[in-house]
Amino acid sequence: MKKFINKTDDVLVESLSGFAAAHSDLVSLHLDPNFITRKNKAVNKVAIVSGGGSGHEPLHAGYIGYGMLDAACPGHVFTSPTPDQMLMAAEAVHADKGILFIVKNYAGDVMNFEMAAEMLPFESATIYTSDDCAVINSTYTNGRRGVAGTVIVEKCVGSLAETGANLQDCKILGDKVNSHTASIGVALTSCTVPAAGRPTFDLSENEIEMGVGIHGEPGRRRETMRDADAIISDCVDAILSDFKVRDFNVANQEALLLINGFGATPLMELYLIYNTAAKLFKQHTIQISRSLVGNYTTALDMAGASVTLCLLDDEIKSHWDSPVHTATLRLGM
Amino acid sequence: MKTEFIIDAAKVILQTIIANENTLESLDRAIGDGDHYINMKRGAHIIVEISADLALLKPEEALHKIGLKLLSTIGGASGPLFASFFMSMAKVLASQAHENEILEENGNESYLKIAAAFAGGVQAIIQRGKADIGEKTMLDVLIPVSNQFVLLATQNCGFKAICATLIQTAELGMLSTKDLIATKGRAAGLGERAIGHIDPGAKSCQLMIEAVCNLALERAD
Repeated sequence: MKKFINKTDDVLVESLSGFAAAHSDLVSLHLDPNFITRKNKAVNKVAIVSGGGSGHEPLHAGYIGYGMLDAACPGHVFTSPTPDQMLMAAEAVHADKGILFIVKNYAGDVMNFEMAAEMLPFESATIYTSDDCAVINSTYTNGRRGVAGTVIVEKCVGSLAETGANLQDCKILGDKVNSHTASIGVALTSCTVPAAGRPTFDLSENEIEMGVGIHGEPGRRRETMRDADAIISDCVDAILSDFKVRDFNVANQEALLLINGFGATPLMELYLIYNTAAKLFKQHTIQISRSLVGNYTTALDMAGASVTLCLLDDEIKSHWDSPVHTATLRLGM
Repeated sequence: MKTEFIIDAAKVILQTIIANENTLESLDRAIGDGDHYINMKRGAHIIVEISADLALLKPEEALHKIGLKLLSTIGGASGPLFASFFMSMAKVLASQAHENEILEENGNESYLKIAAAFAGGVQAIIQRGKADIGEKTMLDVLIPVSNQFVLLATQNCGFKAICATLIQTAELGMLSTKDLIATKGRAAGLGERAIGHIDPGAKSCQLMIEAVCNLALERAD
């Protein structure tokens, strides 16, 4: 393992401290239990609290700020945060209109946020994101996993919450954006959890993991490495057939295309992927009118990328376009 | 069950987890995401660390405190599951009214109390995890062990025989996960690729049960 580390036990707190220092105009860091809030507490709005294992940066703390999250709870690397973090964060940001949790649909995250919601003294609702269409047979799963599409859900719901909308309406929009979104990821390498010190799984030089999750957990199948066009074509097909199975008509549909890097794939390749994916979606008459390319939901030092398509309607589009000011996304302000 | 035994059990659990680092890590790398050993060690470690505080408490209070501490320490799926187990166990021990009636009839007091509490804990894991036997999780060890424990305790089975049987039951349950497709837990996305691999959660539960039973057997001698 070759990483910028002092002591493995200190990686998380040192990284959080650096994040808070670098963005001290936007966020405040609270330690033990660990959570991050907006620097200036919002008033009279639904407070949006997200969280999850660390190692996916900039998810979620990078999306704290006007137009997105009110707080984020970072767990240990690839491990869900604990209910005490969510309770303290909720208390800190509660602004009289209830707490909305945005949770990626992984068993650990679901259970910890569930227990937090049960113990919470405020009204709350929870959006479970489940955009990953990699896992085919749904009878063998806990349900689909929440991956990079979570960023789009957080952006749109965050935008609606700023208008003073109530908890129920925010939850409805979040569920809608989630259902309009499908993602699939491909890993070219494994990743190394600092405390483990060695790669989570073995992937040889000429192999790729199709449908990988954001923790390096294996996906659909292992394949031989091929040209980018061939790999991305499979990703696009997976997304299109997912929408088809779920009865979405994608013909002539306006959409947002997100190409997300997992941490160790250069932007040069991410744009190459965008080029291919956009062309292929266009062949299926999908109009890509919004785009996002970069490292938005990572898996430590994994090389690889995910393709996310979000079908836009007027409501989702307006919330995607609205002003936002966070460490990672800044539009119109 | 005495608080002193609970604390000693936590110590042998920590030793066992650490001694099996390689086994747990390689199982988790095969079908998980590589954090199981770290989380188990963190959980066991914190309980040993607070053992001086625990020593002042009644057994049910100690178990409740263990649950709360694990809930705020482990995270992941193991955190809420083990927390629910200990908090539920504490609840059953605290309200023994019903069990005491059975106990008077059977006379095998302390084992049946512990068996009932263990069964209550396992039930809490089933509810929190919305999982059952045969889904390639820790429950493939815990459910058979819990059933066997209650059965043997009601049958007035001897203490040593109970421990020996539970060790064996845990082992069989753990091995049974090898041929299963995962329908719950992190391996659930793998489909048939999970076949041939023992579930890491089942393995760590088997190891902990074995360690605690062996400790109990030592104490009995």
